[in-house]
Order: sequence, then structure tokens, then C-alpha cells
Amino acid sequence: MTTTSTSTYETVIGLEVHVEMNTRSKIFCSCSTEFGNPPNTNVCPICLGHPGVLPVLNREALNKAMRAALALNCTINRESKFDRKNYFYPDSPKAYQISQFDKPVGEHGWIEIEVDGQTKRIGITRVHLEEDAGKSSHAANGSQTLVDFNRVGIPLIEIVSEPDIRTPEEAKAYLEKLKAIMQYCEISDCKMEEGSLRCDANISLRPYGQEPFGTKRELKNMNSFSNVKRALEYEQIAQAELLDSGQEVIQSTLRWDDVAGKTLTMRSKEDAHDYRYFPDPDLVLMELDEAWVAAIQATIPELPTERKQRYVEQFGLPSYDADVLTASKHVADFFEATVALGADAKQVSNWIMGEFLAYLNNNNLEVQDTKLTPAALGQMIQMIADGKISVKIGKDVIREMIATGQSPEQIVEAKGLSQISDEGAIAAIVDDVIANNPKSVEDFKAGKEKAIGALVGQVMKASKGKANPAVVNKLLLDRLQ
Amino acid sequence: MSLLNATIRELHTKIVTKEIKPSELVAASYERIHATDDQVKAFLHLNEAVAMERARELDQQVTAEAGLLFGIPGATKDNMNTKGLPTTAASKILQGYVSAYNATVVDKLEAQHAISVGKTNMDEFAMGSSGENSGYYPTHNPWDLTRVPGGSSSGSAATVAAGQVLFALGSDTGGSIRQPAAYCGIVGLKPTYGLVSRFGLIAYASSLDQIGPMTQTVEDSAIVLQAIAGHDRLDSTSANVTVPDYLAALTGDIRGLRIGLPKEYFGEGLDAGVRAEIDRAIQTLTGLGATFGEVSLPHTKYAVAAYYLVAPAEASSNLARFDGVRYGLRVEGENLIDMYKQTRGEGFGPEVKRRIMLGTYALSSGYYDAYYLRAQQTRTLIKQDFDHVFADYDLILSPTAPTPAFPLGEKIDDPLTMYLNDIYTIPVNLAGIPAISIPCGLTNGLPVGLQLIGRAFDESTLLRVAHAFEQASGFTARAAL
Repeated sequence: MTTTSTSTYETVIGLEVHVEMNTRSKIFCSCSTEFGNPPNTNVCPICLGHPGVLPVLNREALNKAMRAALALNCTINRESKFDRKNYFYPDSPKAYQISQFDKPVGEHGWIEIEVDGQTKRIGITRVHLEEDAGKSSHAANGSQTLVDFNRVGIPLIEIVSEPDIRTPEEAKAYLEKLKAIMQYCEISDCKMEEGSLRCDANISLRPYGQEPFGTKRELKNMNSFSNVKRALEYEQIAQAELLDSGQEVIQSTLRWDDVAGKTLTMRSKEDAHDYRYFPDPDLVLMELDEAWVAAIQATIPELPTERKQRYVEQFGLPSYDADVLTASKHVADFFEATVALGADAKQVSNWIMGEFLAYLNNNNLEVQDTKLTPAALGQMIQMIADGKISVKIGKDVIREMIATGQSPEQIVEAKGLSQISDEGAIAAIVDDVIANNPKSVEDFKAGKEKAIGALVGQVMKASKGKANPAVVNKLLLDRLQ
Repeated sequence: MSLLNATIRELHTKIVTKEIKPSELVAASYERIHATDDQVKAFLHLNEAVAMERARELDQQVTAEAGLLFGIPGATKDNMNTKGLPTTAASKILQGYVSAYNATVVDKLEAQHAISVGKTNMDEFAMGSSGENSGYYPTHNPWDLTRVPGGSSSGSAATVAAGQVLFALGSDTGGSIRQPAAYCGIVGLKPTYGLVSRFGLIAYASSLDQIGPMTQTVEDSAIVLQAIAGHDRLDSTSANVTVPDYLAALTGDIRGLRIGLPKEYFGEGLDAGVRAEIDRAIQTLTGLGATFGEVSLPHTKYAVAAYYLVAPAEASSNLARFDGVRYGLRVEGENLIDMYKQTRGEGFGPEVKRRIMLGTYALSSGYYDAYYLRAQQTRTLIKQDFDHVFADYDLILSPTAPTPAFPLGEKIDDPLTMYLNDIYTIPVNLAGIPAISIPCGLTNGLPVGLQLIGRAFDESTLLRVAHAFEQASGFTARAAL
């Protein structure tokens, strides 16, 4: 693959994101939205599209869609309505999806993303409300398709961006910001792996300086933010190569094959559907008046950008720390709860960003999935400050705390990890180490001050990490100088 | 003559005084059905065992406080869901389908202890004006078995006219209650759109469909309307209005009432015999103290065209769910698309297919504005026509249909002529206002229907005038079956 070609062209990316909202019941019936139940148990005649049924809008779904739209700086349409999107597919029980065509809940919004320290505004074309479809599973030999209708009627919002995104990195940053905002507003957990956030990407290339967009291709089937980035990177080069070789990009829909690491054509423009949108006569016009909009606006919490700013100002955190901590509401809440108990903000930030987030990433967990509490983390930080345990021991203790939920005292006690600060107890080890490492001693005396580090290390090792490093240092210097 | 040759109130009196038992009444209904329905074919499914058991239970529960419909046998059009019973909308595509739930109107009548003896025949999915589009067999007019009973509520009109039941529920999208009521010499009321819940009514054209009573007398009509009207939270288009006391409206006093005669409803195509009976009715009403004036509804000539865009467009989407995937008929095919084609090709009759194609075309990209949108705009003009007249008049009077019942087979191959049967009834649905058809005389031995059109939610005035006319006209003829 060449890399020169991509520098000839400007990439233009727009994203369509579907977010499953966490209402307790479905959008047009009272069925539960609970995830993971046996197939076809969260269903009723209404969501199964039986003859004669009618939809009734779940007001909470509308409220959440309005909150999402407002958090994305959209203007709320004072009159909004539902339309039918007609198409045949077995997982669509009515053979039409209730969606919104020309009067979505919100329009003309934007969010800010940060890439390489640069802040950039990405426009949001629209936010609309619709119902989810069921889930088909196909037998490997193609003989049979089974459909689970539990997901039918889960409320979705579709968030369409303007074609303002210029790189795959920006696309990823946009998705991360979107996810953070949705989490902050308690609209969705946005777990792409579980399908509660889905993303399609439109990508085209144009020579730098050219105004009209190039022909776009639509990418589907990416199941993580990293895959979105990978797919866009792949497609960026694929399109550049086509253009370089004098060929045309044909408007089409492609799917990302994660294993093969490439995009494959699903259908061309000729197969495009005519969805025959028209206003759903079973639902009435929604009049979203000023008072309603104001009431929803009042429920929007502090959003990630504002919170990050506050962390820098209030806690004196570096911008990088503030960014990492506020990317997830759960993490930020955990941070603040710990600081509120009196712990030092920078220390708390270090422990969360270091050991805690690493543990979560390695084990694919969220903050709320673990047993670590702000109080326990605060206590541990205090124990280090008091010299009861070393930072090194702290790393073992926090892992144990996350896994078991025990207090740091319990863990230190049970495992005998208390730091030894008693000079008498350490002196014996120090003397042994000096006796057994003549080379290092010689080096130090010859003026290689760094050699002391090796000796400290030996003492720490011999004490199984429990010796207070400050005391060790002092005793070594006493004896060697 | 049968026990059933009486009004609901007369039978109610006999029930509460224990002169007759509900089970005797229901048994008489089945007796009459068994004696006559081989010729009339008003029913698709009978519910004899369950209905008789229910009637015998009611025998034990008779009290002086029993409601007017307690133990009264009625019938339900087959496009309304009845839990545990077949519901097919007279279509082969729903052959064998058993309802999973009750339509709201069915629940409401059950709450009044009325007894549904079975499901009535109809034009498939309520598309038709003669009953001949039933997917099973045509219904015959009890006045003349060689003639059509009208449609689409063909079975509901015929069963009442044949004295098999006291009342039947019909549905009216473009005249489907009023026109068969006129052809069968009974009373048919199409309520204001939104007065009666559509939940559980298999949708033909959702923005036009409305359920209403079909009875021998106006008082019976008021009794049934009282039972089924009212807001339903399961139907978003159901109006949140207080239901008045319809029986209290039947005062017999119509002095000073102003009635408009739309010149467009008395023009070319109106049968002279029908015209003569309508003129006599006008004289009768004048004698009762009403005053008449000629009015104009200038957009009438566009009503049929607008209707045949709006209704098929909605139908094309409403009927898409009959896809062979979850219930009803499935004809296996080589693949998914082929299965859809085979199933829908075999399951739907020619008129249904014609309207699905019309509607699909009208909604297609590039045609939507010219057809569907234009038709909706026309609808607004038609509604304004009525508003203008109702500024000066309390009611509008017209024939229900331009001719009396025509022979079976006469128009079935000529859809355009068939569509013109509904020219006086369709504008009412487009405007969403109420109208009633009452028998006003005979021409060549066939009943003639008089249509009264009222203001939205003013069923009381319609019933009051219809009742006063009924009392004064002395029309008591019954089908001699």
C-alpha cells in the first residue's frame, strides 16, 4: 500500500450513529427492554406487529431523545412527527419502521472534539427517534433464519453528523465524545460490543482545494471504535488508490471484515431502497413547546467538556489527566467521590489513571462492575502518605481491593505487607547487602552515585518490598559515607 | 316471527323482568342464523358453543340494574380482533389466524355483557362496496338474494337486516357502514374520527377508518354507540372528549334545525327512485319543523380521487405486515423474496392487490408530492367546505348512495364504476366528521338510505334528527326472508 496517495486527497467523513436508549419499556408498547432474556420473551402483539395493533409513544423515550438532542446543542423542532419507513425484512414485524423523516426531534447541533491538542467542532445534522428492529441469526448452511423480537421496539436515536470529520482519528474522537455525552445524560451505556451503540460511516475523498465532495461509500459492520478507525483507514487508502489509478469510486455500501481487515462490497447504489416515507397516521404530531424544552434542558448535567475544565481549575490537574478522567462519567464520579473524602486530587488521579483503568481495560470491565470504593482508595492513599505501605506495595493492594472489595488495612494485615520503618530491623538487611555487593559499594565510593540505587533495590528485594525506601536510603548513606 | 323482531330496549325489558332469558335470545339468534345464513352468508365464523355458555352464565346474573345490552346478541365484523377466535378480515392471507387479544370495542361490549355470536363477512380488508371481494364467499342482500348487500361491512349489514342479531359492528373508511346500511334498509352510523377506539381494528386506511354501530333502529344505534365510544389510551388518535348521553338526545324535537342540501350530491348519476324517496324525506323533516337550504361543497368532485390516493397509500403500508413470516398464510418459496411473493400473491385478492399497487406507486420517490401530498391538501379543502356549511347549518342531508342495491356480479369487473358508489360517503371520511344512514323508503322494493352529516363530535344532533325522522316516516319494512 502506498502512503503518498493519501496526501493528495482530503478525506471527508460523516457518521451515522444509532444509540439504544435505556428506557425501562419499549418505545411503542409496555414490553421490557431488559437485555439478555431468552429469545422472544420481551414481546407482545403490539411489538410483534399483529393485525390491528396501534403504537403509543413512550413519553420517557421522547424526553430522553430531547435531552440527547439538547446535549448535542441541537435546536428542538417545535413540531415533530413520526414517519413510516417501509421495507420488507423478517426482523421488521410491521414491514415498516416507525422513524422520523422531515421533522426530527432535533437539528443543527454540534460537539467539540480534541485531537492532538486541537479542539474542533463537528456539526450534528439531526437527532431523530425511532424503533429498533429484531435480531436475525442465520444458520451456517443458509437453510434457516431465526428471529429474536426482544429488541424490536427498543427506542433508538439516530445521530447524523455533518461531513465535518477529516481523519479516522477524528472519527474515533467524535465517537468517544458522543459516548461520554450519552453516558453523562444517562441516555445509554453505549456499549458498541453489545450493540447499544452502532455506527455507519460515509467516507469520500477529494483533491485538496476541491469544493465538491467526491463519491462516497458507506461502511457498516464495525463493532468497536477502533474498528471504525481501522475500517476508515483502510477505505481511505483503497479509495485513494482507485483515484490514483484513474478509476472511479462507485457509490455503494461496504461491510468491514474484521478478521480479514478489509472492506467488502454489500450492495451498489442500484439496489438502494425506496423507503416510501410518509407520516404515520397512527401517531399524532408532537408539539414540543418552550416550557417542555426548558424543563428537559434543566435536566442536562455538567457535560464532559465543562467537567474537564473544572478539574483543571478546581483540582489543578493537568489537562491530560482531566481529559482521561472525564471521558467516562463513572470514572469521573469515582474520582470526585474519592477526592471529596479528603484524598489528594493528583494522587487519586494517578491511581485511577494508572492501576485502576489498566485493570479495567485488561479485564474489559467498567468502574461500576468492580468492588473498589472511593473510601477504600482514599484510605490506601492515606496509608502511603503515612508511610504504612510503599507505593510499590500499594500497586498490589489496589489490585486486591478491586478484585475482592476488602479494605486496604485488611489486605495489608492479612498479607503482612506493612512497611518496615524500624531502623533496627532494616539495619541488619542493609549490612547483609553491603557485605554481599562489594562491587556496587566500590562503585559508589568511586563517585558513581547511581550505584546506591542497585543497593536500595537489593534491600527492597530482601525485605519483600516492605522496607521503607526512605529509611533504607538513609541507612545506606550513613554506612557508606 | 322471531324473538329478535324487536328493539334492544324491548328485549332488555323482557330480560330484566325475566320474561325471557339471555340464553333463549342467543339461541333464537343462532336458530335464525342456521335457518337463513346458507342463503345470506353473513357470517365467516360462528362462536356458538362459547356464546351459548356465556349466555347461560348471564341467565344467572340478571338483575334490575342490568345494562341495556345485557344478554343482547350482536355480531362483530371480521376485521376486529376477538381473542381466541378467528380474525381474518375475510382474507385468505389470514386463514386460520386466531386473535391474540381483544379489540377495545370488543372489550367494551363484553363489559356491557353483550354477546357476540360470530364474525361477519366483509370485503377483504374492508376494500370494496359490494361484499363481493370477500376472500371466502359473497354475502347476499336479504331483501333480494340476487343483489349485493353493499360493502365493505356486507355481513354486518345483512345479519341485522336478516333479523339474525340485534346489532353488528361495522367499520367505515369511505362509506363501508353507511352504504351497506342503505342497501340493506338498516341504520348505520359512522362516528367522528377518534370517537371510537381503533385499537384491534385491522387497519385499512388508518387516518380514515372508524368503527360504528349497525342496527335496526336509531335508538339501538345510540345504545351501541354509547357502549363503544370514548377515549382509549391504546389509540393515540382517539379523542379525549367527554361522551355525551346519546339516548338523552333522542327528544323528537328538531324544530328550527337548519339542514343544508349540497347541490353536488344531487347531480348526475343519482337514481330517480332514490331521489324521489329523499325528496319525501325532506318533506317529512320540513313537517317536523326543520328548515332547508341549498349549499355547496365545491371540492366534492375531487373527493373520490383524493380518497383513492390516501387510502391505498396507507393500505400499502398497513398490509405489508402480512408477509408470511410470523402468522397467517405462508407459501414457501426458493428464497426470502420468493416466499414473500408467493405468500402475498396467493393470499391477497385482486382488489387488495390493486390498492396495494396504487398506494405503493403514490408513495414512491418522485411521485409523493404529486399524489399523496396533493391528496392530503385536497382533503384539507374538502374539510373546509364542510366547515363553511356548518357555520350556517346544523346538518347536511343527502342520499347515502346514488342507487339502490345492484345485482351481484354487475360491477365487479368495473372497479371505477364500483368506486363511484361511494361518492356521497367518501367526503365525510376525508373530513373526519360523523354521518348516519337511515332507511327512508323503498324503490322497486329495495331500500333507500338517507344520509345525515354532522359537525365533528356532534353525534347527538345526528341521532336526534335521525330518530325524529324514523318516528315520523313510519318506515317499518323488513326484508322478507
